[in-house]
Amino acid sequence: MTGPINPFDKPNSYIGRSVERADAKRLTQGRGQYVDDLQLPRMVHAAFVRSPFAHAEILSIDKQVAEKAPGVVAVFAGADLTDHVTPYVGILTHLQGLRSPPQMPLAIDRARWQGEPVAMVVAQSRALAEDACDLIEIDYKPIDAACDVESALAPDAVVIHDEYQNNLAWERVVDAGDVDGAFARADVTVVERTFTFARHTGVTLETRASVVEFNPSDETLIWHYSGQAPHMMQAIVAKHLGMQEENVRIIARDVGGSFGIKIHTYGDEFATAAAAKILGRPVKFVADRNESFSTDIHARDHRVTGRIGVDKDGSIVGLEIDDLTGIGPYSMYPRSSGIECNQILNLTGAPYAIDNYRARGTIVFQNKNMMCQYRAVGHPVAMAVADGLLEGAAHEIGMDVVDIRRKNLLRDDVYPTSSAAGMKFDDLSHQKALEKLVELMDYNGLRRDQKEARENGIYRGIGFVSMVEVTNPSPMFYGVGGASISAQDGASVRLDATGALHVSVSITEQGQGTNTIIAQIAAGIFGVDLDRVKVTTGDTATTPYGGGTWASRGAGIGGEAVLLASNALKEQVLDVAAVILQASPETLDIKDGAIVDLADENERMPLSDLGKIVYYRGNELPSDLAPELIATRHYRVTDFPFVFTNGAMAAHVEVDIETGFVKVLDFWAVEDCGRVINPKLVDEQIRGGVVQGIGGALYEECLYSDDGQLLNASMADYLVPMAAEMPDIQVAHIETPTKTSVLGAKGAGEAGTGGAPAAVMNAVNDALRPMQASIYQMPMTPQRVLKALGTV
Amino acid sequence: MKVADFHYERPDSLAKALVLLSRDDADVQALAGGQSLMPMMNFRLAQPDTLVDLNALEELRGIREAANHIEIGAMTRYAMLEASDLVRKHIPLFSIALPHIAHSAIRNRGTIGGSAALADPAAEMPALLIALNATITAVSTSGERKIAAKDFFLGLYETALDEGELIKSISVPKALIENRFGFYELTRRHGDYAMAGVAIAAQHMAPLTGLRIVFFGVSDRPLDVTAIAETLEGQSATDTDIVEAACRAIGNQSLHGDLNADAATKTHLAQVVLRRALRGMNA
Repeated sequence: MTGPINPFDKPNSYIGRSVERADAKRLTQGRGQYVDDLQLPRMVHAAFVRSPFAHAEILSIDKQVAEKAPGVVAVFAGADLTDHVTPYVGILTHLQGLRSPPQMPLAIDRARWQGEPVAMVVAQSRALAEDACDLIEIDYKPIDAACDVESALAPDAVVIHDEYQNNLAWERVVDAGDVDGAFARADVTVVERTFTFARHTGVTLETRASVVEFNPSDETLIWHYSGQAPHMMQAIVAKHLGMQEENVRIIARDVGGSFGIKIHTYGDEFATAAAAKILGRPVKFVADRNESFSTDIHARDHRVTGRIGVDKDGSIVGLEIDDLTGIGPYSMYPRSSGIECNQILNLTGAPYAIDNYRARGTIVFQNKNMMCQYRAVGHPVAMAVADGLLEGAAHEIGMDVVDIRRKNLLRDDVYPTSSAAGMKFDDLSHQKALEKLVELMDYNGLRRDQKEARENGIYRGIGFVSMVEVTNPSPMFYGVGGASISAQDGASVRLDATGALHVSVSITEQGQGTNTIIAQIAAGIFGVDLDRVKVTTGDTATTPYGGGTWASRGAGIGGEAVLLASNALKEQVLDVAAVILQASPETLDIKDGAIVDLADENERMPLSDLGKIVYYRGNELPSDLAPELIATRHYRVTDFPFVFTNGAMAAHVEVDIETGFVKVLDFWAVEDCGRVINPKLVDEQIRGGVVQGIGGALYEECLYSDDGQLLNASMADYLVPMAAEMPDIQVAHIETPTKTSVLGAKGAGEAGTGGAPAAVMNAVNDALRPMQASIYQMPMTPQRVLKALGTV
Repeated sequence: MKVADFHYERPDSLAKALVLLSRDDADVQALAGGQSLMPMMNFRLAQPDTLVDLNALEELRGIREAANHIEIGAMTRYAMLEASDLVRKHIPLFSIALPHIAHSAIRNRGTIGGSAALADPAAEMPALLIALNATITAVSTSGERKIAAKDFFLGLYETALDEGELIKSISVPKALIENRFGFYELTRRHGDYAMAGVAIAAQHMAPLTGLRIVFFGVSDRPLDVTAIAETLEGQSATDTDIVEAACRAIGNQSLHGDLNADAATKTHLAQVVLRRALRGMNA
């Protein structure tokens, strides 16, 4: 650790303050710069013909009429791109055995999901391109589709890839301790449940968008990109378009939400890039909402059978889960589609002290849109399974659901420790979080209210979840598996002649407030006013190399890089100031944009004077002084594969037993994300996550027909949670800084999305208990609740 | 997606609009508030050759009072109905139901005539018009004719309007002091189309006379079970009597499931909304 001791408690520190977002005014005044706002000279527009079938042979593609249509510049079929794009394979070597065939941007010979791009038209406008799409004659021969995950492995199932014997993509087994022995004990009660989680998707406010420009004169390509990992994109674009990496520039300016959706290789986007390179002119592709629903990665879609064994005191003696999931016809590149299942195996039951744990994961190929990592990857499933089983067991043995958690949660004094699945934990606070939650929600008062309400025919329920969250990942997440995905981030901090700081960092802003917290860290650590900090993110040409923003890594990893760079610059500046002021650097400090005496904070010189001397009047400095008013530092997590975060949440719901409607009355979240840099941003991040989690619990589902047609690809039919139905969400914090960094920040982005479904599901079941009804299928729609009640 | 190319006409008189709409050599569609047609065109589900924009037609606008009814121009927007004192005073069922129709941004544009002409079976307005015994005035180059609301809605997006015919106005009988109205719908999110809903009007509740019950969101058209009124006419019917009678009426018809609810769920929810609407009328 370097830098001044405890910089966070200084009165002028911005860290820990709810400062306003620097970019809020610009965005709310409509001055944002999104990809679709870009209008470049000679720019043309791409539109795609997509497979109307879940599974079909492509017998022929006739482009001739389309090529002659008004405004059409070029028409491409899959075979037209084979000389321009190399195939990509979505596997990671550390997910041993995961297999997936090579993919190309446009389907060749066979289409494997409804919505897969088959042909592309590039024209003077998007409308003209769509007109011409209708003129492409494609002769399909539909074949049976393997859509249902349960039957995708049956001996008579259609095999999606000829090179494989069956539709199995990956299997993994975790076996720790002796589950069978534990379950067989006479004093043990075993509870079994089967959980079903629907497919849903991220629904970003701004859809996927690309403008790609290629300059043949110097072989450079610029991709204006709505996404969250610019350097990863730079590496894979260069690799698969056959370019030198330094000649590819990715620019992600304002991004309207991402949630893990905009961090993959999409065929339509790579076809767009290839077209730009072939045509030598800018090509724009902006997914419309229909395309977003049918081709943005989907997530969840897990069926998990779980068993938990508890003894008479409520101690968990064993846990077993069997997860089956379908990922679409391929594993997504470059992050693979194995991570969600892997996380479920790693995380189920992880908040609890469990010695005997067995988990099996099975991933199958199917003829539906591809699945991959969406916010809180695997967490909602893992948490709902473990805590659904635990609450079931509590009722089975007549124990309170809070007491059974008190009995089993990892104790706050036990760290460092490891879970049965091998996860390494440190600096967690499950017990403190639960007790704070119970106090915050007035648990006993709610139970009294519940009893009274039941006497009046009103069915309310209370449900909990205790959770861990994977945040601040190390190279053990992706890099170890061979992917060009950086787990380290870099930051450059530069002082200009007027005393302002310019920060350039490799993490990205997609609406969550990254730029604001980066400015807070730099201003607070270095010692300037917040409004004198300018932050640059999202440009591979101007930021240090790094991973971007995903897996709740921005604040914890990128923030630490900014802290280290700010400290380094401060030391450099004080060295220069000491020479100018003929003082010792140890006696000086920087405060409010000025060099001050450390002892009494008396101002010695404004930073603007220092800057002017260094930049304009270097002649006043000794000739052997070489001032460096810029510092760059990089940071990665080294001691742990992940820095886990923990939290506890509770939902209070009312179930209308006549209609099956569930209303969430209240929601509470206690989160320990280590040091909180901006309380308001963290709270809003958690609230937004809770809303997404409630969406998963009650509303969101990609509905497919049996033959693989997506039935609700519109905002009218795919129900996202809306403000009117959302409860007040109370957020509180425990702050246990991680020892892995000076800043001590862990991620907060996964919490709500990962935990809320479990809490809501448990609350619904608590409400239904007087009717001896239960539901373990999400979303818990009115019809499913009515079926659980036996009404319909 | 982007809308397919089309010709756009914005006539400044009803006569001109009717001439444009009478062309039978092309797919001509009338544009009212555009809250359904424009999304359908944007998805290229609708690709009319010519769009006749009715928004400049003064003749189709306005809410006028007559001796026994209120005459509402087809291009009157939901927001205008909501703000109208005449509506508040004489069509109380509209005042109860209007806040449940979509969102205010949609009500600012959507029109009563557009909703009736579209005949979305999940929409509130067709059911309201049947329950209120409204009369629809249709107009074409060959003249005007009146169609009772109960005879107007024929199926999924299907009405009694002929080719080239336009709704000119809708007349709704004024409520009398002894009339009673009920409305209830179940939506998973505020402003969504209902999973099930019902509009009720009665000339008199005890004894029961002139009862009309129309469900929406449960079939391929507004589901009018008014026939049950005959069995209860003149009686002192309880809510339970009415619900039982309505169930018998529904029992003869198969309700239509949708993405989120099968026919059995629809049948169950129809009973629930009816019971709740009746409870609301008595309250």
